[in-house]
Amino acid sequence: MSTKWQQFKNSYFFHSFIHDKVAIVSFVVLVMLVVCSFSAPIIAPHDPYDTTTIDVLDAETPPIWMEGGNPNFLLGTDAQGRDILSTMLYGMRVSLLIGLGAVFLQAFLGVVIGLIAGYFGGKLDSLLMRLADVQLSFSTLMVAIFISAIFQAFFGINKYEELAVPFLIIVIGLAEWPQYARTVRASVLAEKKKEYVEAAKVIGFGSGRIMWKHILPNTLSPILVISTIQVANAIMSEAALSFLGLGMPVTKPSLGSLINSGFEYIFSGSWWITIFPGILLVILILVINLLGDWLRDVLNPKLYKG
Amino acid sequence: MQKEQILEVQNVVKHFDISGGILDQLRFNKGKIYLEKKTVKALNGVSLTINKGETFSVVGESGCGKSTLGRTILGLYPPNKGQIFFKGNRIDNLSPKKMLPFRTKMQMIFQDPYASLNPRKTVRTTLEEPIRFHQPSLSKKEIKEKVEEIMAQVGVDPGWADRYPHEFSGGQRQRISIARALMVDPEFIVADEPISALDVSIQAQILNLLMEAQEKRNLSYLFITHDLSVVEHISSRVAVMYLGRICEMGPTENLFDSPRHPYTQALLSAIPKLGETGLKHIKLKGEVPTPIHLPSGCVFHLRCPHANERCKKEIPELITLDNQTQVACHGVEEKRI
Repeated sequence: MSTKWQQFKNSYFFHSFIHDKVAIVSFVVLVMLVVCSFSAPIIAPHDPYDTTTIDVLDAETPPIWMEGGNPNFLLGTDAQGRDILSTMLYGMRVSLLIGLGAVFLQAFLGVVIGLIAGYFGGKLDSLLMRLADVQLSFSTLMVAIFISAIFQAFFGINKYEELAVPFLIIVIGLAEWPQYARTVRASVLAEKKKEYVEAAKVIGFGSGRIMWKHILPNTLSPILVISTIQVANAIMSEAALSFLGLGMPVTKPSLGSLINSGFEYIFSGSWWITIFPGILLVILILVINLLGDWLRDVLNPKLYKG
Repeated sequence: MQKEQILEVQNVVKHFDISGGILDQLRFNKGKIYLEKKTVKALNGVSLTINKGETFSVVGESGCGKSTLGRTILGLYPPNKGQIFFKGNRIDNLSPKKMLPFRTKMQMIFQDPYASLNPRKTVRTTLEEPIRFHQPSLSKKEIKEKVEEIMAQVGVDPGWADRYPHEFSGGQRQRISIARALMVDPEFIVADEPISALDVSIQAQILNLLMEAQEKRNLSYLFITHDLSVVEHISSRVAVMYLGRICEMGPTENLFDSPRHPYTQALLSAIPKLGETGLKHIKLKGEVPTPIHLPSGCVFHLRCPHANERCKKEIPELITLDNQTQVACHGVEEKRI
């Protein structure tokens, strides 16, 4: 294990990481946010899902440093009397969960379709890529709005609230797979002409094995890079959907639905309900994007900075 | 005495379709719209036999189809026409599954040692993979021993097995590439310009390694190259290819001493000889025609100094001469050349 660590410490990857302040700061912030959100049930001062602890009389308490602040509620409360800080932590957990889940689904679909299209080529390739074009020509939001409207109409709002997380993962995952498919296909087209692929064919390996075990590992770096960007995109899509009222229900708010729920009160003076989740969302997306940019520079040797 | 044949290629034709999608094929001419298919005619009826234990070289300039020939023999490209036999078994029309037993018998060594090893796999994984696939019954220990034995044989320290390809030099990589081919104990190896990407000093080492392996394992090689001095050095028989056809084929010595086909003569006159004064190159006119639009008749007639009307119309067949060489030339047949 120690040798692996040594190897990692000596790698270009690690070297460029410790010499890039932006990357370090982004990474630290991201780790903090992720740890905080996933340990929310332990560290959050209140449980926003537990309706028995919520008191409507506490509604719209301003943050602690303002007049009328309550030391119980560090960043104030929302219109239902939930502690903003706790709700944000839980909400970020939901957002991250949906973001990561959607990206896994996108990556899985995109990688499989991209590999098949790139490796087999010909008519199958044309068919799959035209399918991707069609998918890309609908915006994510449009697809999501359409599907969730149908879903809510068929199963009713209660069922929807129960299944909101997997539903959003599937919707955002289905809407964005062409990004992966195109990237993977492009790398596969470049890789499959290399002689190591022919060597594998001469040994007699089947197409599946050559695709998964020989070509796929060589297309991982672009996949890694777009994954970071896509996590940020998925979180944003989810926030946008929730803001429009088609995402997470108010009872189990994500950052987007929190922003939405506070939006009505922003002009009546209770700005904290919207602003704090908003800032958190911006920071989360920003650090993920900054890390993604850094990763793209590191993994693309053509972009070495002097 | 008839030697034992290991490989026989009969009239293999391989054309590649490069016309693209249906929109690229659309042509408009004289008020008519029609579809035009474009094909690269890489191999146009190639026949040859390779005997057990011999090195059969294929020479020719870039684009003459020699690499395509090697890849078609190994089934990387299915031939459009013709048949390929390995030890009497027809192999060009087998399903991938039925082809498997032959995969261990036929292997390939590639030109570019930088592209022929998977950069994400250690040398050990690269070498273990084929043997695990073909002999799943072997134990871990046996596989490990085999890898070490073969690595030692090709002159790469077995202690380096856990390194990645980028940590090796070109020559070492080519040795590993050869090791991978040897892992399954093949009887026949297609070597596609295995030394042309290497330094001259390394070229000799790799050649010696290949010849050593041949001696130990009674291997047969199909050696594809454009380096004529190497051909003279290592091969027992040679075929000269031009635009997807064999124009002359025979025992190396005979062919190098008395080339009969005008193209072979021109090709061999390009070898610089020690102590020779003055240039005696036979200069050919024009350029190699594209393999998309092949010349009619003899493919060489546009550049041949001896071409006549018959050469423009009739495709010459290989005819066997007294000294065992085979030549495809009307001029030689008519005793004009």
